Amino acid sequence: MPVMRILIIEDDQEAAAYLIKALKEAGHVADHAGDGETGFAMASTTDYDVLVVDRLLPKRDGLSVIEGLKAEGNSMPILILSALGQVDDRVEGLRAGGDDYLPKPYSFSELLARVEALGRRKRPADADTTFKVGDLELDRLTHFASRAGQPIVLQPREFRLLEYLMKHAGQVVTRTMLLENVWDYHFDPQTNVIDVHISRLRAKIDKGFERPLLHTIRGAGYTIRDDAR
Amino acid sequence: MFLVVYIGHNTQRMMNEQLNETIEAEVKGLGEQYSQGGIRRLIDVVERRSRQPGASLYMVTDYSGDVIAGNVAKLKGTMPRDPEIPIQIVRYLRNGADAQPQEAAVRVFVLPGGFHILIGRDISEGKRFREVIQSASRITIAVVGVLAILSWLFVGRRVMKRIDAVSETGRLIMEGDLSRRLHVTGSGDEIDRLAENVNAMLERIELLMQGLKDVSDNIAHDLKTPLTRLRNRVEAALREEPSEEGYREALEATIDESDQLIRIFNALLKIARVEAGSPDGGLERIDACEIAAEVAEFYEPVAEDEGVTFTSEICETAPVEGSRELITQALSNLVDNALKYGFPPKAEGEEDGENEKSDLHIALSVACEGKEVVLTVADNGSGIPEADHDRVLRRFVRLEESRTAPGSGLGLSLVHAVARLHRGKLELANNAPGLAVRLILPKVG
Repeated sequence: MPVMRILIIEDDQEAAAYLIKALKEAGHVADHAGDGETGFAMASTTDYDVLVVDRLLPKRDGLSVIEGLKAEGNSMPILILSALGQVDDRVEGLRAGGDDYLPKPYSFSELLARVEALGRRKRPADADTTFKVGDLELDRLTHFASRAGQPIVLQPREFRLLEYLMKHAGQVVTRTMLLENVWDYHFDPQTNVIDVHISRLRAKIDKGFERPLLHTIRGAGYTIRDDAR
Repeated sequence: MFLVVYIGHNTQRMMNEQLNETIEAEVKGLGEQYSQGGIRRLIDVVERRSRQPGASLYMVTDYSGDVIAGNVAKLKGTMPRDPEIPIQIVRYLRNGADAQPQEAAVRVFVLPGGFHILIGRDISEGKRFREVIQSASRITIAVVGVLAILSWLFVGRRVMKRIDAVSETGRLIMEGDLSRRLHVTGSGDEIDRLAENVNAMLERIELLMQGLKDVSDNIAHDLKTPLTRLRNRVEAALREEPSEEGYREALEATIDESDQLIRIFNALLKIARVEAGSPDGGLERIDACEIAAEVAEFYEPVAEDEGVTFTSEICETAPVEGSRELITQALSNLVDNALKYGFPPKAEGEEDGENEKSDLHIALSVACEGKEVVLTVADNGSGIPEADHDRVLRRFVRLEESRTAPGSGLGLSLVHAVARLHRGKLELANNAPGLAVRLILPKVG
């Protein structure tokens, strides 16, 4: 994971300090702004890989900061934090120009996974038509997947699941991220449904191969990566 | 009032017309007498008519202007001699009797030999009539005006008093007595209808407030348990011999416990929002079949993993007006419940639950029944006793048998709230054996 420069715009000092410390431990560089105006000024003058913006801020509302930055033509990816946590609130945030949305209270592993997923966006991964991890290949146009040249038969949803994992290859994706992006569900199913879907996918891509590609990251989520270098 | 003026005006006009006609007729009659018997006969007729009661006015003068016949004693001013003027008003004195000059409408015509004949009708009567009408109008206007002021005072004050009563009740309600209602007189007028609507609104507010109070009571009661557990665990970890592994374990357990608490809070907030009528993502036209098929696809692997038979019977299309997000979650809660609580009651001493689940069959179905879309999740598990069917819809209610399984007792409450938000129903039925939960939504189109 490359080092990312992150700006946190958050008025809760304690939460911000905790975030900065944890992000540094994860190998990133984080700056902090305590209110909307300072945050806007810092984001306009410095090039960050990701902005983490709280919705409710003193001096200038989080959404207004985002709208202002987008109006300036700023394309930095933005993660919105909000204590409101309703679907309408999410829609509002994304419409204002946010790229992802995380309701409070959140776990740090969830936030880190989302920040890293957003940072990746600067690379032209979205435009790629084929993804490759080790000997696993996926063609987004023909919906064809293969490992070591052998075709893998996937259900449409399994294909989307694998596509999302491979798009974020090497990064941790959380269960919530999978729920939101693969199923478009924004609630929390109490049974570990995602784990079951992952284990099915794992059976299709890793079974019979010496080196597994799909890994479980305890307490965080999953990642697809080729360990052999 | 306008009517009075109109009638007065019209009467006046009619009287004038009648006057003209009378005079014309007289002129015509006298003209005939003259042509039959000359001036002498004319004078005779005039003399005779003059003496009749209520007669018209007559005056005949010779060429020198002396009066030779008629019932007019004296004209004020000179006698009009111009026959070209059709009708003119003159003042006159009748044969000695009157002291006051009267008004008359007269017409003059000239006969050969310089005779002037004046024929007319007294119009002072018409004038008096006009005065009577005018004074009647004035009195009517005055009376109507007084009545208007009186009724305004009476009705207006009554309305004001009722509005005052409304605001007084409003004040009492604001002071905290939510059980008060506006007085409805039963007359069905506008203020009554307003009062009825406000009362219905108050009813709803009271219900919501009661719900809110119940929730706070529940939260106070049911969140204490996991909070106490959390606290005890941390305390125990501190009391034990310090070891990194022990601490780590305790902290991880604490995180799990607090995550569970957050989940409960989120579920409670969501139920509250849904009950307050705010649908996540807004209401749109959606296909319940599509949603159910996705939920089935979502849960099928889980069921298979647990050895549960999962079947779905979903019709072609079932359009409803609703929130995709909420209906999905409602259905997923129902399937989740069936997976968690559907197994048959454990026999004493039996350890392994896995094998029991192999007999479990969960059926998800969507069907259109008339104007309704019925989404059913049925299982053949231990079911819920009929007496508890209403109770389990309430927040935090968990049956004794299921206390050991994970869960918060909020799943069905949310489904119930979702059903109500969509103007639908949630029905629990005995599936003999097992439970069938029917989420009934109104069909559109």
